[in-house]
Amino acid sequence: MSEKAKSIASKKVSGQDERLQKVSKLKLILNRPELGALGGAILVFIFFGIVAGDTGMFSAYGMLNFLDVSANLGIIAIAAAMLMIGGEFDLSIGSMIGFAGICIAIPAIYWGWPLWVSIIFAFAMAVLVGYFNGILVVRTGLPSFIVTLAMLFILRGATLAITRLITGRTQVPGLRVLIENDPIAWMFATDTFKWLFTWLGSMNLIALRTDGTPLATGIPPSVIWFIAATLFATWILMKTRYGNWIFASGGDKNGATNVGVPVGRVKISLFIGTAVAATIFATIQVLDAGSADTMRGNLKELEAIAAAVVGGCLLTGGYGSAIGAAFGALIFGTVSMGIFYTDVDTDWFKVFLGAMMLIAVVFNNYVRRRVTESK
Amino acid sequence: MSENLIEFNNISKFFGKVIALKDVTMKLKKGEIMCLLGDNGAGKSTLIKTLAGVYKPDEGEILIEGKKTIFDSPKDALDMGIGTVYQDLALVSLMSITRNFFMGREPIKGIPFLKTFDIEKANKIAAERMGQIGIDVRDPSQAVGTMSGGERQCLAISRAIYFGAKVLVLDEPTSALGVHQASMVLKYVVKAASEGLAVILITHNVHHAYPVGNSFTVLNRGKSLGTFKKEDISREELLGMMAGGEELDKLEVELKEMNRLNS
Repeated sequence: MSEKAKSIASKKVSGQDERLQKVSKLKLILNRPELGALGGAILVFIFFGIVAGDTGMFSAYGMLNFLDVSANLGIIAIAAAMLMIGGEFDLSIGSMIGFAGICIAIPAIYWGWPLWVSIIFAFAMAVLVGYFNGILVVRTGLPSFIVTLAMLFILRGATLAITRLITGRTQVPGLRVLIENDPIAWMFATDTFKWLFTWLGSMNLIALRTDGTPLATGIPPSVIWFIAATLFATWILMKTRYGNWIFASGGDKNGATNVGVPVGRVKISLFIGTAVAATIFATIQVLDAGSADTMRGNLKELEAIAAAVVGGCLLTGGYGSAIGAAFGALIFGTVSMGIFYTDVDTDWFKVFLGAMMLIAVVFNNYVRRRVTESK
Repeated sequence: MSENLIEFNNISKFFGKVIALKDVTMKLKKGEIMCLLGDNGAGKSTLIKTLAGVYKPDEGEILIEGKKTIFDSPKDALDMGIGTVYQDLALVSLMSITRNFFMGREPIKGIPFLKTFDIEKANKIAAERMGQIGIDVRDPSQAVGTMSGGERQCLAISRAIYFGAKVLVLDEPTSALGVHQASMVLKYVVKAASEGLAVILITHNVHHAYPVGNSFTVLNRGKSLGTFKKEDISREELLGMMAGGEELDKLEVELKEMNRLNS
């Protein structure tokens, strides 16, 4: 390019940048997919701050409670969001949670495997299930909705049948004693920042038990995983080449293929991602409860998708954010725990969730139209 | 002979019993715009896909700069400098201009295993390139959905050129556009050719093709009716050849008949 053209081009660009600054700092923020979820989360906190501000919901213990619920959901919601951005669904997340649970518990309890080997085994199975989901969707071209719905039944049924066959029951208890000194289990079962809570307790800043130890003992592992997953997913989506491929695969499969994006590989890896996230969820819960249950994770796939949608993901793919899904999960967790602190009958919880989802979808649809059609 | 940038000699392509292309021959020099005209079903799509490396020809040979070449995949064709812009443009309207421009070929930086998409560099290049076309890019991170049809077409062409196209294959670049937008795209095509690219413009719109083309190849039912230099053929002759003149004559007769019956 000639010097003259260069200077014209750069002048144009810088001139336009200035104009952009003036008109649309706010517009830029309004155009982000996570805006709805962020606003929703703030509203929810204000609501519960007013209604339940003096009930202990916002004590250290109460906060860790709803953060733990949010974080667990968030781990799978973020993976579901990434898959949705890539243009597919995974309805087998909930069943995968149950399946992963018994993949840990049965080898550890009945076959005498060390706990860490069982955990690795569960993750290996997750990779297999995710790969199978992905390759089925990519190869057959069938809607992932149908393929993973089939997997939902297959996995849940297999979980139940295998567990009953081997153990004669539907629950496998007795895991807690195995956690100590295990080289891997601590990653899913240790509260962190205990010193902080002990210190806060000693300063009488947070509630104590009768024996003097703080009621809230530390940050639960779910929250750490949740934060790590949010950061990692956001980094991938915004900052890597693979992230661009995810958006491209979901936005326009054919177009992406034509310019050389390995759409099939991207989708398969995202299916592996949801199955692995489900296994992280399962490992944390199984080690926390000390037992695996064949019904664990039931309906979680829908909650994960709902959180992703509230977080700004489009059902048609190609648009959304991990941070949005994280806020979506936070809204869910906060409401589901917060409602216990209010006078509202908890029977109304799902009504509230459904209404919230509807509002979120309408709002997000509006945002998307702004982004793609405003000139 | 090797002054031709690309040569198609007697290309044929069969799908089972269907003869999609038969003995099609085309030659293109640098800076030349050849318009490939044909009605629906004339074999345009098959020819494009053969050019783009999606299909392998069953007969005939492709020469690039005088050398015989076989494309094993679309990537092969791309590497040899054949840049195909399909009708759907391979643009994702929800993604930004920059992310679209570098889709599948993102510049990266950083250490191994932690390589990141160099978005600053990508933004700069995208804005620069759009500036060259004269498109008012307010912000390279704006979604492609906000651009007009002509701008999108230009973006797709500009992307193909940036990634090393020597021969541009444009599939119906003006078919969905209004007059103003179409002329903007055609202007850009002429500019690209004047900078030394060879352009194959596929269209069924003679009015768009005639002003910009140097030569015209007409396809009909899988066969080439010949390549004509601009000075040797008029717009009307081309139109007649393309639509199959008889058919239009027949239509005229039928319409007359209807009018007679109605009156």
